[in-house]
Amino acid sequence: MKPHAHKTTMHLDTTGFTPNLPRRHRVGRVWLWIFQASTIVGIVVLTTLLLNIIDGAFGYAAVESKVDPDTLAVDGVPLEDLPKEELLRILKEHVSAGLYRRLENDMPFEERTRQDVYTLVLERVVEPRVVKQWSLQDSVFRSAQIKAEAASTYPKAELQFRSWVNTQFIRSPQSARAESAGVRTAILGSLWTVGIAILFAFPIGVGGAIYLEEYAADNAINRIIHTNINNLAGVPSIIYGILGLAIFVRALEPLTSGTLLGYADPTTANGRTIISAGLTLGLLILPMIIINAREAIRAVPSSLRQASYGIGATRWQTVWHHVLPNAMPGILTGTILAISRAMGETAPLVVIGASTFINQDPNGPFAKFTTLPIQIYQWTSRPQDVFRNIAAAAIIVLVLLLLSLNASAIVLRNRFSRRLD
Amino acid sequence: MVSQVKTGIYPNELAAQRAALRRRPRISETLIQGFLFFCGALSILITLGIVYELGKESLLFFTRQQWEETNRTLVEAMDAEQTTFRMTETGMALSVDSDIRIRSEVMTVLDVRGDVVTVARAQQNTAAAPHEVGVEVETSRRVTLAEFFTKTEWNPQIGKFGIWALVNATLMTSVTAVVVALPLGLCVAIYLSEYASARVRGTLKPLLEVLAAIPTVVYGYFALTFMTPLLRAIFGVDTVEIYNTASAGIVIGILILPLVSSMAEDALSAVPQSLRQAAYALGATRLETAVKVVVPAALSGIAAAFIVAISRAVGETMVVAIAAGAGPAFTFNPFKAAETMTGHIVRISGGDLSYDSIDYNSIFAIGLMLFFITLGLNILSQRIVRRFRETYE
Repeated sequence: MKPHAHKTTMHLDTTGFTPNLPRRHRVGRVWLWIFQASTIVGIVVLTTLLLNIIDGAFGYAAVESKVDPDTLAVDGVPLEDLPKEELLRILKEHVSAGLYRRLENDMPFEERTRQDVYTLVLERVVEPRVVKQWSLQDSVFRSAQIKAEAASTYPKAELQFRSWVNTQFIRSPQSARAESAGVRTAILGSLWTVGIAILFAFPIGVGGAIYLEEYAADNAINRIIHTNINNLAGVPSIIYGILGLAIFVRALEPLTSGTLLGYADPTTANGRTIISAGLTLGLLILPMIIINAREAIRAVPSSLRQASYGIGATRWQTVWHHVLPNAMPGILTGTILAISRAMGETAPLVVIGASTFINQDPNGPFAKFTTLPIQIYQWTSRPQDVFRNIAAAAIIVLVLLLLSLNASAIVLRNRFSRRLD
Repeated sequence: MVSQVKTGIYPNELAAQRAALRRRPRISETLIQGFLFFCGALSILITLGIVYELGKESLLFFTRQQWEETNRTLVEAMDAEQTTFRMTETGMALSVDSDIRIRSEVMTVLDVRGDVVTVARAQQNTAAAPHEVGVEVETSRRVTLAEFFTKTEWNPQIGKFGIWALVNATLMTSVTAVVVALPLGLCVAIYLSEYASARVRGTLKPLLEVLAAIPTVVYGYFALTFMTPLLRAIFGVDTVEIYNTASAGIVIGILILPLVSSMAEDALSAVPQSLRQAAYALGATRLETAVKVVVPAALSGIAAAFIVAISRAVGETMVVAIAAGAGPAFTFNPFKAAETMTGHIVRISGGDLSYDSIDYNSIFAIGLMLFFITLGLNILSQRIVRRFRETYE
């Protein structure tokens, strides 16, 4: 720097831009306000989403019963505390002889538990029917109005504050009536399909990642594989559904319906089974697992590999004993993300052909299936409002399931990384 | 001899040691490597599978013969051998060499003279049979590429397959989503990266990631139970239909918002601190630093985030399946119901779809289109990142 240049900076000629400065600061403040407002809008909108779901899952409901449960009390003991024998007597009194025999045929009453019989009494005798339901927001802020409205419009109904998510909702299978419908079948279906997806995608995904990171030379084939995996991760999930429909459901039908393995149920043998769904989800999460596992493997310091080679280990020994254990926490995190993704997928399973109505628990990979997101979709699409409430309840179950999966996996990962230290 | 005693190695022993150190073929290692290669290459197979299956069924879609009513009937009864017959005059004209169908029998037209038609009977493995007076004559047609790409009506029942009805609805929802999500997402990203304190960023960033993991069907529920009633309350029940593309589009925008802001924030944070300090040293304000220095430096990452988000919006299914409507319609009114490509696939395949139907083939043709659109967007995004990435070291 020349000395005279230094001198001129000593007394700055500020007249040129000083008048501009307040304006620039003003513009800066306005934009800061815009940035903050956008962030707040984003947070508000996403909070609204969560509140909207809670809003639907709780609230007052006017319930009309065919037979008032209070009249069924025996000697002052309320219905819910009656022993099994009394419940059976009530059931026999109120339902037709034919229906009673059919129930006996389904499962002899001696074998049924008290809880089961109680459920039957509720379903067949009391038959509670929700005639009108209110959102949580209304239930909290317009409580008095709701009470008045319920009393005048539905004099026979009993107004109760209802949590649509409850143990009965989680334990009971699907039903055509919203009041007694539950998500048990759907939860089991979700666990089955996601389990199969992981069994399929985890070994292959990690294997692919090991190949690309540890073995692959930088040649054309491997570059294509690399680009291809990135592109596959961006393919819409519904395309995987179409692929699964063409390959697993249609082309491999003998295998996926179980007929080839000697397991053939005439009602399910059409390929639209749990295993088809699981494999489709497996294909869907495969790119995701590979990409995450590659990141994890790349993060393992190469000094570890060199030390291993230095004492004469083979490539696979190096990978198996040194690289994989160190990369495992990262790989598991990626897998957890993939599990959550698979758990929430709906579109490909609709295309594969999830059953619209089943109330039997899935009994194996060749059973028909439904999953939680499918249930939510179907209930949301129903025109009756009361199904929206159970859809909201199912969403809460799904979100809790996802959160607990994540949490348990984080615990698992922490334990893993501690052992390595 | 003496030297050998000194080192303690005899020639044959040396050879044995050399042999021991020689590289031996390890079968298990080779097998493992082979398996790992297969795992990596499976992704190629998946892509090929997608392209092959979509292509094959789409081809069937464009070659499948469909039957269309001509509104012309037989004037007199014909027996099983007769090759010339008369039909009513008003209705669709028949052309030579086209296939026609009477009841279940397929015939090829050899000659047409006014209302007298000469045919070759019992084509395409159908049996010749006598037909009585008044039977409808059907003519065959195929969905042409030109029709597929230029027509705006999609109605499989009457043989109308104009993809624009579906593409237009997809564009409506995606554009709405993009208009909502991109500016908002970029602003959130700039705020988080350039203004927010470490603590605020530390809370909001994981929150965004959790929200990005919420299943899309939940957003569908939100669109139907919150956004649609909100729009109807604002614009009036008469203008806004229960199912409409605006509601679905806005909610898709909300759905991709965490994606956009999270990816764009990553890109902005990756810009080295020295650039910001240099800008401050020149007297730039915080905003000028952010907008004129940091954003341009991170432009490739931001553009990639935008394109990935657009691709997500185009391929998004559950929100539109629940909230956008269940019937293809060519409309530019965002408050009207219209079915998107993905929504149509879901609705058609939701029932027990028979494999041997034009509906089954059509979802593959739509799927192929969708696949190419999203693939193109993804490749574009990767190109942009590679081409315009600014590296600072």
